[in-house]
Amino acid sequence: MSLNEYLALAAVLFAIGFFGVMTRRNTVGILLGIELMLNAVNINLVAFARYNADIVGMIFTAFTIPITVAEVALGLAIVILMFRMRRTAVADHLDILKG
Amino acid sequence: MTDPALPALVALLLPASAFLLLAVVAPLRRSGRPAAYLSVLFAAGALASALASFRVTSASGGYSAWLWPWIPTEAGPLTSVGVLADGDSALMLVLVALVSFLVQVYSLGYLSDESAPSLGRYYTYQSLFAFSMMGLVLAPNFVQLFICWELVGLCSYLLIGYWYPRPEAARAAVKAFWITKAGDVGFLIGIILLWRQAGTFDFLELLNMTDTGALPLAGLGIITFCIYLGASGKSAQFPFHVWLPDAMEGPTPVSALIHAATMVTAGVYLLTRTVWLFRLTPDVMQVIAWNGAFTALLAAVLACVQTDIKRVLAYSTVSQLGYMMAAIGAGFASAGFLHLLTHGIFKALLFLGAGAVIHTVGTNDIFQMGGLGRKMPQTTIVFVVGTLSLAGIPFFGGFFSKEEILGATLAGGFPGPFAMLLLGAFLTAFYMFRVVFITFAGTPVHDVQHHAHDAPLTMALPLWILALLSVGLGTLFAFWHPRAEFEELGWLTPTAVLVAFAGIALAYVVYQRRLISADALARAFAPIRAAALRRFWLDDLFAFVYRSLMLTLSRLVGWIDRYLVDGVLNVLSAWTLMSGDRLRHLQSGRAQDYVYGIALGVLLIMLWTRWPR
Repeated sequence: MSLNEYLALAAVLFAIGFFGVMTRRNTVGILLGIELMLNAVNINLVAFARYNADIVGMIFTAFTIPITVAEVALGLAIVILMFRMRRTAVADHLDILKG
Repeated sequence: MTDPALPALVALLLPASAFLLLAVVAPLRRSGRPAAYLSVLFAAGALASALASFRVTSASGGYSAWLWPWIPTEAGPLTSVGVLADGDSALMLVLVALVSFLVQVYSLGYLSDESAPSLGRYYTYQSLFAFSMMGLVLAPNFVQLFICWELVGLCSYLLIGYWYPRPEAARAAVKAFWITKAGDVGFLIGIILLWRQAGTFDFLELLNMTDTGALPLAGLGIITFCIYLGASGKSAQFPFHVWLPDAMEGPTPVSALIHAATMVTAGVYLLTRTVWLFRLTPDVMQVIAWNGAFTALLAAVLACVQTDIKRVLAYSTVSQLGYMMAAIGAGFASAGFLHLLTHGIFKALLFLGAGAVIHTVGTNDIFQMGGLGRKMPQTTIVFVVGTLSLAGIPFFGGFFSKEEILGATLAGGFPGPFAMLLLGAFLTAFYMFRVVFITFAGTPVHDVQHHAHDAPLTMALPLWILALLSVGLGTLFAFWHPRAEFEELGWLTPTAVLVAFAGIALAYVVYQRRLISADALARAFAPIRAAALRRFWLDDLFAFVYRSLMLTLSRLVGWIDRYLVDGVLNVLSAWTLMSGDRLRHLQSGRAQDYVYGIALGVLLIMLWTRWPR
């Protein structure tokens, strides 16, 4: 498989994730979308590392994955707290910072 | 001690240190009586130093100047500060120190009811005044003189407004400040113009220049006239005299010190000091003589209709200042200066005597008094001594100096002012004895007088000292007097004495024996009386000028400030508020809207970076 296919896969994955972030009403859905976008980036990094025979991309990805996990944990904790306080997880209702 | 400048400097610095102590050490100032004792002690020291300085100058007849250069410029120091001790300044220094000391002692009794902090404040001002006035007297140049001139004006303002919760006092303080300031602007302009012409502020250098004729005469008239404006503001000459009667709102000892004996005579002193400059401009001298005589007569007429004892004395001060000015304008400054000194003594005496009466009776209105002679014999004696001095009766303080002034105007070739001053002398005797007969003679008209009594020792002692000085000086001059600069006319002395006695006789006939009723007299002079009661509309004129010019200008400035300056700012802030209100809707608070924004931004950046250039 050539580099282009990997890049195409990553682009499609990113677009799906972005679409999710933009359109999902549920906060958990938005978090999932963000997760997809991050994984698309990871695929890109690994693909380029292989293509250029440069180990740095791999190491970088090894760091990104735990950070992504931590981010999801934090994000889900916030969502759960928010749900307890406001009785909703719909993003459109969470607009107390409205100007 | 051979150098008179050293004790003069000590005399100057003693009240200054008293002021600094009281001003800086707040607990001392608020303690009241200790502060007062400290101030009195320092004033006594200043008096002793002043006397020492005077003894040296009167023995040697020379002068001594201690100068420290001040305001350095590229071409050397611009001016200096220091003391110039000569015959005149040492004599004036003694007067200032003496009256200042006596008034401070007197105030211990007069202001005994004041609260401690406000008594401390009073003595702080008194010390500042003594320092400033001595600085003015000893000033070796126009700059130091002007600074001290403004300082005494400030003290006058502070002390007139001493009872500042009373609206009349606050108003009178502001009025005094404003009107003297109007003259001071002229004074300042005069000093600067003189400096441009002569290149120096120093009295000795200027005197040297006038002696050698090095001072260019062109435009000098304007300069001397401007300086005269300052002097007439301070010395309450027509038309600036309106502030002095109102200044009586201050405590009576303050009126005695500042508004009779020392500060108001600063203008006369200034002209005496720089008379060699004024001699170069005879036109201005003419103005001074005529205006002085006119002021003397006008104020004497005004004094005749007053019912407030302090206001009578205030107008009499204005009138006597007019006498001094007239003598200077006639070219005989020494006569004016002599009257300044004797007047300082007996007018302080009169004011302090009036203060003793007011202190015990509790009113200023002479018709609320009456028959006080039996209740207050000591005060009556000293007040009558002061009155006789002011009227110019032989063997009393003002006799010789007043006659000298009358002679000076005649010798200087001013018959018009001479006639006005002679009429003024008649009125002086009349209005002063009017006060004496109404206040001290006759029967008590009111119950309040029953507990009237003589003043306590702290107040009586200064009165007696001043009374003895008045009589002593008068007797001294009667037998041995300074030689006049001009030929004495033989008929002058009898005429002056006769006029004074005529005034006394009229007052006796009208107010004591009541052979002529006061009402009949009032009817005979109805138009003048009506005008005098309205103070010849001069106060109204000042008020009108103030209202029409100052207030219109203020309103205009206020309008510009309110509608142009503030308006621009208000419009700007309104616009900011409005646009902020519109723009805040961009902040929807929904996270996804911001993601749209970010996406759009990224798109724009991509377009911008990829745009074919």
